[in-house]
Amino acid sequence: MKRQIQEINASSMADIAFLLLIFFLVTTTMDVDSGITRLLPPPPDPNAPIPDINQRNVFVVLINAGDQLLIEGKPGNIKELRKLAKDFFENPNGDPNLSESEMLSDKIKKTPEGKQRDKLILAEKLLGDRPISKGIISLQNDRGTSYKMYLKVQNELAGAIDELRDKLAKEAFGISYNKLIELKQDDKVESIRTVIPMQISEAEPKDIGGRK
Amino acid sequence: MAKFKKKSSKSLTAISTASLPDVIFMLLFFFMVTTVMRETTLYVKIKPPEASQAQKLEKKSLVSYIYIGQPIKPQIYGTEPRIQLNDSYADIKDIAEFITKEKESLKEEDKQKLTTSLKVDQDVKMGIVTDVKQELRKIGAFKINYSARRVIDIASNK
Repeated sequence: MKRQIQEINASSMADIAFLLLIFFLVTTTMDVDSGITRLLPPPPDPNAPIPDINQRNVFVVLINAGDQLLIEGKPGNIKELRKLAKDFFENPNGDPNLSESEMLSDKIKKTPEGKQRDKLILAEKLLGDRPISKGIISLQNDRGTSYKMYLKVQNELAGAIDELRDKLAKEAFGISYNKLIELKQDDKVESIRTVIPMQISEAEPKDIGGRK
Repeated sequence: MAKFKKKSSKSLTAISTASLPDVIFMLLFFFMVTTVMRETTLYVKIKPPEASQAQKLEKKSLVSYIYIGQPIKPQIYGTEPRIQLNDSYADIKDIAEFITKEKESLKEEDKQKLTTSLKVDQDVKMGIVTDVKQELRKIGAFKINYSARRVIDIASNK
């Protein structure tokens, strides 16, 4: 005699699924990692010649153990840092204390054959011949500086350069820099990066404030 | 004139719950797919600082983490900031080995792309961070990421 196969009761299925769901809900971490990416310089080569950089082209930012700022020799505030950095690079009025600039075409002539030269040529093609700043940022902190302050300064400097890039992108291509990245216009992004590089040089830290 | 039909006061029909398991399963699958199990237990307190320029960290498989912060149990380990690699406290000297191991686990073509994410508490002094950075420079792990919470800053939004 054949018995009819009984159907499995599926009403507890929802409960099981709920249990699993709650487990995954609890273990899941939705935090997206974000941060400021930087490239560390290679260890100093003792035989390398000291690069010849005019003092006026260096934007010096010092942070002491008490989280106080010294911008270009003057005590400064974190709020003005971005504007000061921007002014330093742009130097619209040719102030002798702010950074010098040179024409892109001149820089191409001076640069030896190689990747860097190719980038500059690409930038000239896309952006036209324009003055580019020779300025670099020099950042030095104390061992006693808090990480919070250090990152704030890094953030402001990155913000300044980002704003300059954004301005150039709007001028040259009519859209914002972030939009260019989103649209994956790699050539244009690359050329803007070449013209306005993120050059933050970090000096070997000092230990003036003493270990805390 | 239009007439409104008076609703017949029939007994309320129960909503069918037959599709409930399916809905739950769908949610379940969503969480199963998006979930990232915490690989390391944190033994240090970390509250990352805020930054408006922070960008999303892509390609998590190419990232190795170094945690720096105050130990979770100060009564045992003290209050001095410590470095944590993987699942244990470590010394500055251990970083080289740690990074080398992380590099070995990557594919040949990805070895240069290894990013070291520094997850540092905002109240930690730069001294220890600098030591870590110098160590990373020595072994050639140049790409680093200062972990920060992304905030939108209103002041400079022109």
